[in-house]
Formats: sequence, structure tokens, C-alpha cells
Amino acid sequence: MSDFAQPRLTLGRLTIHATLLLACAVYLVPLIVMLLTSFKTPEDIRTGNLLSWPEAFSAMGWLTAWDSIGGYFWNSVKIVIPAVLISTALGALNGYVLSMWRFRGSQLFFGLLLFGCFLPFQVILLPASFTLGKLGLANTTTGLVLVHVVYGLAFTTLFFRNFYVSVPDALVRAARLDGAGFFTIFGRILLPMSVPIIMVCLIWQFTQIWNDFLFGVVFASGDTQPVTVALNNLVNTSTGAKRYNVDMAAAMIAGLPTLVVYVVAGKYFLRGLTAGAVKG
Amino acid sequence: MASLELRNVQKSYGNSQIATLKDIALKIDAGEFLILVGPSGCGKSTLMNCIAGLENITGGEILVDGEDISQASPKDRDIAMVFQSYALYPTMTVRDNIAFGLKMRKVPAAKIEEEVARVAKLLQIEPLLERKPSQLSGGQQQRVAMGRALARRPKIYLFDEPLSNLDAKLRVEMRTEIKLMHQRLKTTTVYVTHDQIEAMTLGDKVAVMKDGVIQQFGTPHEIYNNPANLFVASFIGSPPMNFVPLRIRQRDGRWVGVLNSEQGSCELPLPITSDDGLRDRELILGIRPEQIGLAPAGSADFSLAVDIEVVEPTGPDTLVVFTLNQVKACCRLAPDQAPRVGETLNLQFDPRRALLFDAQTGERLGVVQPEPVRESKVTRLVSNGAGTAQ
Amino acid sequence: MSSIALQARPAKASPLDALQRWLPKLVLAPSMLIVLVGFYAYIGWTFLLSFTNSRFMPSYKWVGLQQYERLWDNDRWWVASQNLLVFGGLFIAISLLIGVVLAVLLDQRIRREGLIRTIYLYPMALSMIVTGTAWQWLLNPGLGLDKLLRDWGWEGFRFDWLVDPDRVIYCLVIAAVWQASGFVMALFLAGLRSVDQSIIRAAQVDGASLPTIYLRIVLPSLRPVFFSALMILAHIAIKSFDLVAAMTAGGPGYSSDLPAMFMYAHTFTRGQMGLGAASAMLMLGAVMAIIVPYLYSELRNKRHV
Repeated sequence: MSDFAQPRLTLGRLTIHATLLLACAVYLVPLIVMLLTSFKTPEDIRTGNLLSWPEAFSAMGWLTAWDSIGGYFWNSVKIVIPAVLISTALGALNGYVLSMWRFRGSQLFFGLLLFGCFLPFQVILLPASFTLGKLGLANTTTGLVLVHVVYGLAFTTLFFRNFYVSVPDALVRAARLDGAGFFTIFGRILLPMSVPIIMVCLIWQFTQIWNDFLFGVVFASGDTQPVTVALNNLVNTSTGAKRYNVDMAAAMIAGLPTLVVYVVAGKYFLRGLTAGAVKG
Repeated sequence: MASLELRNVQKSYGNSQIATLKDIALKIDAGEFLILVGPSGCGKSTLMNCIAGLENITGGEILVDGEDISQASPKDRDIAMVFQSYALYPTMTVRDNIAFGLKMRKVPAAKIEEEVARVAKLLQIEPLLERKPSQLSGGQQQRVAMGRALARRPKIYLFDEPLSNLDAKLRVEMRTEIKLMHQRLKTTTVYVTHDQIEAMTLGDKVAVMKDGVIQQFGTPHEIYNNPANLFVASFIGSPPMNFVPLRIRQRDGRWVGVLNSEQGSCELPLPITSDDGLRDRELILGIRPEQIGLAPAGSADFSLAVDIEVVEPTGPDTLVVFTLNQVKACCRLAPDQAPRVGETLNLQFDPRRALLFDAQTGERLGVVQPEPVRESKVTRLVSNGAGTAQ
Repeated sequence: MSSIALQARPAKASPLDALQRWLPKLVLAPSMLIVLVGFYAYIGWTFLLSFTNSRFMPSYKWVGLQQYERLWDNDRWWVASQNLLVFGGLFIAISLLIGVVLAVLLDQRIRREGLIRTIYLYPMALSMIVTGTAWQWLLNPGLGLDKLLRDWGWEGFRFDWLVDPDRVIYCLVIAAVWQASGFVMALFLAGLRSVDQSIIRAAQVDGASLPTIYLRIVLPSLRPVFFSALMILAHIAIKSFDLVAAMTAGGPGYSSDLPAMFMYAHTFTRGQMGLGAASAMLMLGAVMAIIVPYLYSELRNKRHV
């Protein structure tokens, strides 16, 4: 019996490994294709196929792509950095109040905010663009920063609130008796222990805002567009022959920052994605 | 040090009809050790938070040294607290934990250092000063939490079930240490616990609480020997007092209660002078296990033969379970007196300290002047209790 | 022993204490304002616009339900809605299936699990625009997958779904599944890891086989994870805009349009603001129909715990 069971087991394990490896290949192929294509010449693209090795590695695609979207890349940087920092800071303060200093109505507010996590943004696009116009922020990176802060608030607050809810409130009570006030308790006691959730929040906001297209395409135009919008314009405005090497290089440029963050801090990225989903 | 007085303290939440605290009134002198004891949800922790100022009271007054502090904010009350979870600041070292309250009060650095050193020496935590709380054992965290409170030299110390997260052995050790500390420093202390042994051993005064009401406030001695009602009698003492439904009759102009076993019955004189309509009430006799002993040979007074059902040796004593008036009762015998299961034993009841309760209201009935009890006996009971509580 | 702290201490609350008491509310106030205005007042505003004849500029001439009637009669809106059903249904179902299978397989004490997990999940870090661009090239009729398989010897292979009005929606499904299925896998893997191991051991002692244990005991206990994943995927599907914009721009014609794309096109490029607002409100309605029962049951469960 055991002689029979042993090979069956290995066969099963083999199937599992084979399936997992096949899946790895499927997930990796688009990335590989993008990389290969970005280094080919247009001639090479016509004669070869997706997975054919470049005849000669050409940096032309990358250089042309950077010329086209490099400026927009910096736009994205200018939008992302303040938006991420401000929304994270606000989220941390909100989470602190909503978990440690609850008052009548604060739970209702949290419920209203939670709904914001699921809001289809189409429903606020028009009033938001009117408002930005009135504020003189239409088509500015500042306007985009503002929009990203406002609509990132729901998630950043949720992150911190869920984190602080698991912190015993005896800590706050002890600090109050020790004579610490609202901000002292936050700065001296809670913030130093929040490093993991700050990382989660920063990474989540970074990927969300960097990858945003909807707000970028609606609230920005011309020189202020973020890189995602510029990439889309580059790829989908068909004047003359399609330059797939340039498209792929541009896509790589636009995707690289979030990929790097993911590879470097993947642990936090995963935690950010699953926060609120598994734990509730 | 300061005295503490609560005058008709009320606490209710929101528009809830049910008050969490009702007319809490008690007073302790400077240097006294007050125990708030009761089952979970009785309001004892709420009361402690109200004293600390972490929750606002909705009525009454809290006076420290005669001054009403009920509107003052927590930091201005000069009260320190030791939490059940210790609530040590996780990112600070032990030293910073102890120093935090002093820094917040802008005490000069040199003075802070001096205080930390004093407290560390007192609690023997000097080698731990540079560690983080996560690197400490439960007992060590407990000490640091106490150190944090001691460093501030506040007017009043609050302990919120400080020992309940420790294992049984450590708990007994720390209990002794807290008692020793209090004897040395004579600090005014309020100590919340649900453990009646801690209540008996530590307290100068004990307030037994239930449903937001103080059931009885007195010395441990009074609480143990002269409980005000059925709840207090059942809550204090381990093993608990026996409660036996009782029929009474009159004999020779005195009230006697009838005890039945499988083997027979006996009459117990009850300490009641008036008849107070006793006939119409359901009555419960309360008698502690140590007030039931082996009947001396030949003596028949207040004695009854019973069938032994369970024998539980605890070491210093053996608990013996039998049936009295159709309910299980327990007595405490010396190990060498212990019978075997199934044997019949002649037990004698001590009628002088038997208590009578109204079964409906739980009220204590009759006027009982308890015999003066030697302290040593109470101490013995309690220490035995400590062994059996776990 | 005397108090070493500050001497004279007010027994009554000082103004500073009053400020402390108000601080939590003060700190939360800006966010409350943001949420009330930026979320709820704006929804109301859009709702209002959907009853007007606003075109390029907002006008407040009341036209009642006219915009919703126009939407009802609009072929493109129906195509977009049907596409959403097909796209959403397939995207959710396939992502869940792949995610669950990969999670269960990866839960079998696989070596290099961390690396494999990273590979499955990385697409989620990319912008939908990048994903769309990549898959537009991969599925390119003539030069993409088409050519690859013919080069590899499958002479008769044709793959032109990207320009086939009836099939283009499936291309969106493929790209979206590629992006999100790894995320579903991660959710379920986290769920599997939180299952009490002693339950599995008990089932093994009872003689259950591994597939039976997963099908009958482990996966049913992951119902909450399943619902969470469902919520998130449905949410992605309804909001999907960037993927369509990058991959097909709604084409050919408007055959791969989704409501989000419809809304954007009418509101911001075709000067049909009122109609766009009406379509946005219907999208909100769809999201609420899914989310509200979910949130309600979540919050109710929490209250019971």
C-alpha cells in the first residue's frame, strides 16, 4: 500500500509544481515581452515575434520614450510626493481620533468615510472639476495633489484606525495620567509604534496616486499631466506608424517606480492590499 | 499622601436609563489601602476611572484631602495608576517609561534621574532600565508599571487588577510585595480586583460592589465575619460559605433551625430575638466551612451524622462534601480527620456564627453580634484560600 | 512623602483643559468637512445635474427624468452596461477561480513560495494604463500572439479578438484577470494561513483526504475572504476606465465601452454633462446595491462580537 502511495504522492507534487511554474510563466510573459520589445528596432519588431531575441539591443526606444514622457514623469513625482505625505499624515491623525478619542458621532463619521472607499469617482468628477476651477487650481499639479489628498483620505484613515484599534487604550489613559496631552500622546507614544502601518499607508498611496489615470485625465491637461495620461496619449494617438518599442519603453518607464517599490517593500505592499479585506 | 472621599458619586452613559454607578459613598484616610472588589461588570473599574478623571462623573463629588477634584482633568489630579495590561509605552525603555510622567511635569533632568534611581532600587529593576518592555517578563513589566506610578509620588495610587495577568505563583509573590511596599511607604491606595483573596489580604478597607452599588464597605474582618447580605457572604471566602435552605421552629421560647441529612436531623439555635414574621419567609442559613467540624465523642449538641460524598484534600486541609437539607454543603477538616467517601461522619455545627438570610431579598436577618475572632484565624483562612483558589 | 510635581494645581478645569477636550473634534473637523463636501455634497450636486440639460457648461434648467430617459434609449449605454455584465462576471469568476486554485496549490509547503507569490502579485503594482498598453501589444492582430504561435509552427492560428467587435470585451477580461488574479491569490493565501491548523489535523485523524479537507472544511471557512475578494473585484470592474482607455479606447466603434468610459466620454468630450451625470448616478446605484448589504452585514457582525 505504501509502495503504491509514495509515487502517486510525488506525481501529485510534480503536478502542483508544474502548474505553479506554468502560472509563473503566464504572469511573467507580458513583462518579458515588454522588455524585449522595448530594446528592438522597428524593423526587428516587424520581422521577429513577441518572444524573439532582439537582433541588436537598441536604446532608441527608451530614449525616444523618455523624450516624450520624461517631463510628465516629473509631473507625477511632483504630484505623488506631497499628496502621499499629506494624506498619510491626515489619515494618521484621523485614525488616532477615531480609535482613541471617540465622541458622539465619530462612529457615524467613520461609517460615512468607509463608504468613500467604495465610491465610484465618476460621481464626484463634475463638482470636483467645478470646484478646482473656482479655486483657480484647474489644470495644475496642486489641484491634482488636493484631489488625491481628499479622495485618498478614506483609505489612509481606515489603515490607521484599524491599526490603532488594536492598540490597548490603557496606553492613552496611562499617558493622560502622566500628564501628556492630545498631541504629546500621539507624537511620543503612538507614532513611534506606527512604523509598519505608516509604511503600508505610504506604499498604498504611492501606488494608487502614481497609477491614477482618471483624475489625471480629467483634472490636468497639457504640461501638467501625470505620466499615465502622457503614456496613454503616446500610445493611443495614431499619427504615422506605430512605434511599439517606444510604447513599451514608455510603459516600462511609467510602471517602473511602482514595480521598484513593490520589489523593495513587497511585504508592506501585500499587507496594504489585504488590510481591511481579511481582517475587516 | 491624601485622604479620599467619594460623596454620592453617580455615573451613567449617554441617555441610558441604567446608571453604571449609583450613589457611591465612601471615605478612606491618608495612607489607607482601599479595595474595590466585585464580579466583572459591577462598576469597580468605572469607579476607578472616575477617580482618575479618565471618565467624568454625572453626579456627586470626589474629594482628595477635602478638595473637590471632580472637574479637574486627569493630569491635574496628581493620581497615578497601575493598569491590568501594565500599559507600558512599547517604544520607550524602562527608564523612559518611568521618567515620562516626570518629564511631562517639567521636573528638572537631575531630579528625574534621582527619582528613577530611587524607584529602580526600591523595585529591584536596576538591571532592566535600558530594556524595552517587550524584553521583560510579565512580573518584570508589573514592577516597571508600579515604578512608573511610584516615581511621580502622587497623592493617590490606583491599581486596576494589577495581578490578574500573572501566573498563580507570581501573583502570590507580587501580592506580598505590594503589601510590603504599602507597609513601608504608607501610600493612599485604591485597588480594584475581582479576587476576594487579594481583597482580604491587602485591604485596610474593602468595598464590595455589585451592579454599580456598594453592597458593603468595611474592614476585611467585618466583611468576612459580618456580611451585610447574601451576595457579600457568597463573594468573600474560599471555599464559599454554605447556603442551606432552612425551616425554623420555636423551642423553649427560642428560634431553632432544622438541619436534615440522610442520617437524621438536628436543631440549631438561631440568634434571633423577635419573630419578625419569620414564619412566612423562605430562609437561608449561611455557615462557613470552617464552622463545621468533627463532633467530639459523646457530645450531641448541634451535631448531625452525614454521608460523605466527596473528599478533596488541599494539603493543609481536606474539604469534605455532604448533603444538608437537599443541597451540597462543605466543611473543612484537618487531613488526619479526613474520612473516606461513603463513610458516615458525625459533624458539629457552630451556631454562634451562623447567619440567616431572606431567600427572596438576600437581606441579612436577625441581629448577630459575632464573637471576636482572633486575627490569626482570619489570616489562616485566607492563606489557605490562596492555595485553593487556583 | 510629598508631591514633587507642580505645586498649585487648579481643581477646576482651566481654559487649556477645555481646549484639550475639544482637540479631538477640532482635529477631525477638516476631514469631516472634506468628507461631507467632497463626498456627499458632491454626490448631491451630481444628482442635481442629472436632472438638468447641462451640456458643455452646467446649467440648472430642470428637465426632470429626461436624461435618464435618454440613457434608456441610448444604444451605446446599453452596450456599455451589457459589456459591464459580461466583463464583470467573467473577470470576477475567472479571477476568483484562478486565485483560489493558486492559493491552495501554493499552500502545499512549496519551496521558494515567497518568490512565486511575488511573481503572481506584481501586476497589481502596475497602472491599468501600463497593463492595457502591454496587452494591446501582446494581443495585437498580426504582430502579437498571432505571429508568435505561427512562428512557432501553428500555421493556421489567428487571433484578432482585439479588432472583433463581438470579442474585444474578452481581451479586456484577459488583461484584467492577469492583473488582479494574483491579488485574489494573496487574499486567499492569507485566509488559508489563518485557518486553525488543529481543524485540519482533526479532519485528517477522521480520515478525510486532502482534497476533501479543502473542499469541505477549509474553503467554506473562508467565506469572509471570498466576500471581501468579490467586493473588491466588483468594485474594480465597475470603476474600470483606465484599462479600456489604454487598450481599446472603447473600440472598435463603441463595442468595448464600459459605463465608466461612457460617462467620461459624454461628460468631458461630447458636451453631454447632464447625460454623463445621470450615468454616473446609475454607476453609484450599482456600487451601492453591492456594497451596502455587504457593509451592513459586516457592521452588524461586528456588533455581535
